[in-house]
Amino acid sequence: MSVDAPAKPIPQARQITTKPRVSDQIFRAIVTAFSFSALIILALIALFLFLKGFSALKAQGFNFITSFEWNVFTDETGKEVASFGLQAMLVGTVVISFIALFIAVPLAVLTALFLTFYAPEGIKKILVTVIDLMAAFPSILYGLWGYFVLMPMAEYWAKLLHKWLGWIYIFDVPEPIFQRSPFIAGIVLSIMIIPIITSVSREVFSQTPLERVQAAYALGATKWGMIRAVVLPFGANGVVGGSMLALGRAFGETVAVFSVLNIVYRTNFQILYTQGGNVASMIIQRFGEAGATEMSALIAAGLVLFFLTLIVNFFANYIVTKTVKSGR
Amino acid sequence: MNTPSVTPIKPWAATPRDRAMTAGSVLLSALTTFAIVAATPMKGKLAYFFVFFVTWLAIDSVFVMRKAGAKGLRNGFAEKLAFLGALIVMMAVGSILWSVISRGLEGLNIAYVTQNMRNASMFDPIGMGGVAHAILGTLLLIAVAIVISVPMGILTALYLTEIKGKASGLIEFLIQAMSGVPSVVAGLFIYAAIILNTPLRPSAFLGGLALTILMVPTVTRTAQEVLNLVPSDLREAGLAMGATQWKTVALVVVPAARSGLITAVILGVARIAGETAPLLFTVGTFDSFNLNPFVGQNSALPVIIWSGLNGGSAESIQRAWSAILLLLVVVLVIFVSARIFGKKSMKK
Repeated sequence: MSVDAPAKPIPQARQITTKPRVSDQIFRAIVTAFSFSALIILALIALFLFLKGFSALKAQGFNFITSFEWNVFTDETGKEVASFGLQAMLVGTVVISFIALFIAVPLAVLTALFLTFYAPEGIKKILVTVIDLMAAFPSILYGLWGYFVLMPMAEYWAKLLHKWLGWIYIFDVPEPIFQRSPFIAGIVLSIMIIPIITSVSREVFSQTPLERVQAAYALGATKWGMIRAVVLPFGANGVVGGSMLALGRAFGETVAVFSVLNIVYRTNFQILYTQGGNVASMIIQRFGEAGATEMSALIAAGLVLFFLTLIVNFFANYIVTKTVKSGR
Repeated sequence: MNTPSVTPIKPWAATPRDRAMTAGSVLLSALTTFAIVAATPMKGKLAYFFVFFVTWLAIDSVFVMRKAGAKGLRNGFAEKLAFLGALIVMMAVGSILWSVISRGLEGLNIAYVTQNMRNASMFDPIGMGGVAHAILGTLLLIAVAIVISVPMGILTALYLTEIKGKASGLIEFLIQAMSGVPSVVAGLFIYAAIILNTPLRPSAFLGGLALTILMVPTVTRTAQEVLNLVPSDLREAGLAMGATQWKTVALVVVPAARSGLITAVILGVARIAGETAPLLFTVGTFDSFNLNPFVGQNSALPVIIWSGLNGGSAESIQRAWSAILLLLVVVLVIFVSARIFGKKSMKK
């Protein structure tokens, strides 16, 4: 062992190249470019709705949200007088959507519980398919069914409600006309959103940690005791998130609501009475006969609707992703 | 040797006594129901249903209470309520399907699916004219939407699963946001951006563009799920053999996920096939065949249903029911084929 061997230079670490080849660079560039299409589309929607709705927004200012008049006419001097306010329609949208949630959430949660914990395997498979199929039904189908099949029944239910609970303001009516009311529109919407809430709830319920379920059983819980103590606390957030997703859908629903609702520009909280509103179906209703001024207002209404659903969806997705991913 | 036969004990199984009690409670509540409905001014099938359910709940609860106490009572109550919830949902679906099939079949005939409405109006007696032009229009719309949104959706999904770039979180968030865009806003956007700004007039192409906005999120999310299921062994094997990432994705990952990707496209089509609101802004109406997607207004099944419903006469409404039956059949076929392809991709 010679001590004075010539000191070898320490070899440089071998270069491991991470620079992709040209073909990969092209591939990555194309895929990345396409992945931004969602951003571009959303930005374009906001941009163009704003550009085309700007004149109405500017003319109406804050009244666009707070006023409930919606008319445009030419006065004696030949000047066009326009007043556009979304208040009645916004209130109507919220009222209908909450009626829908009020009906749909209990039904959907019960259905999800039935599917996850009670249904025999065969029936479960069929029901899951049917509920998935329900989500794929065209909305105009709900509109047609709501108008011709549900309305006669729901009118009877509305009369019953009015008879027994008419002393509460919201169940009172100024005149006994019960057709085409927010109540009926709410029922139709509730059936449309049940599949959304059911499938999200079912997914969350089925992720309940098995050891907690078994622990509950081991402590002598009945099935309902287990569900109340373990599943419902675990899945509550998921149910809330699913309901908000459904709320976003309900806010934007157009055709089904238009078919069964009598759209009147008056802020109305009496849900059994035949007048209500919904931003989306108002757009459809006015679109055909709108002049340039009103068109701008309609597009601005679309912009309001766009942001409204975006916000609701944002919170919904936040809650759902958090719940499903963290498993808590 | 004589092996002793062992009968497993199932203490939870229903004893004959339990069965008798179940049968008894059903019978008793049925009788009570008839008595109640007959005695009160209530009427109709739904009244029978709900009175029966309430009485059954009460009578059966008494039996359960005797056997299993208050806890058992609450347990049985919850089970019955869950069952009731699912039953009400199924009744709604059943009512929808039944009304579509029974009312739709009345107006369905050979002419209805082979002719157009050029020589007939929707107020004419059933048997004159048909919706073949609308079926063609719907197919054109779907074709346009597929051509645009499939590359967009699948490439976005590839970005999220293969490249996993820095913007993945943002893109995923935006796709979720996009899936919540109301259909009426999609139509209004195409109207505001294209029809008001350019010489392009309503056509199947513009309708397809509006539908693309609704279809892309569905395709992307399903494709992403499917691509995530492809084992990373396959990707690593491809790279280890010296293939570039491009080759690995094109020749290994995508073929492995092929049937799943087809499912993604089919689900996207199911999402848009019945959309009505965007078409009212972007497609217009036309009574005859228009094979050119770029020029001239066109027709589509949902638009036919919409105008039939708003037409208000018995004939136009009958036409709407028949058209919705056709549309439902289209959706069902799409849905079933998605299931078949989905099953295939799961098996792999």
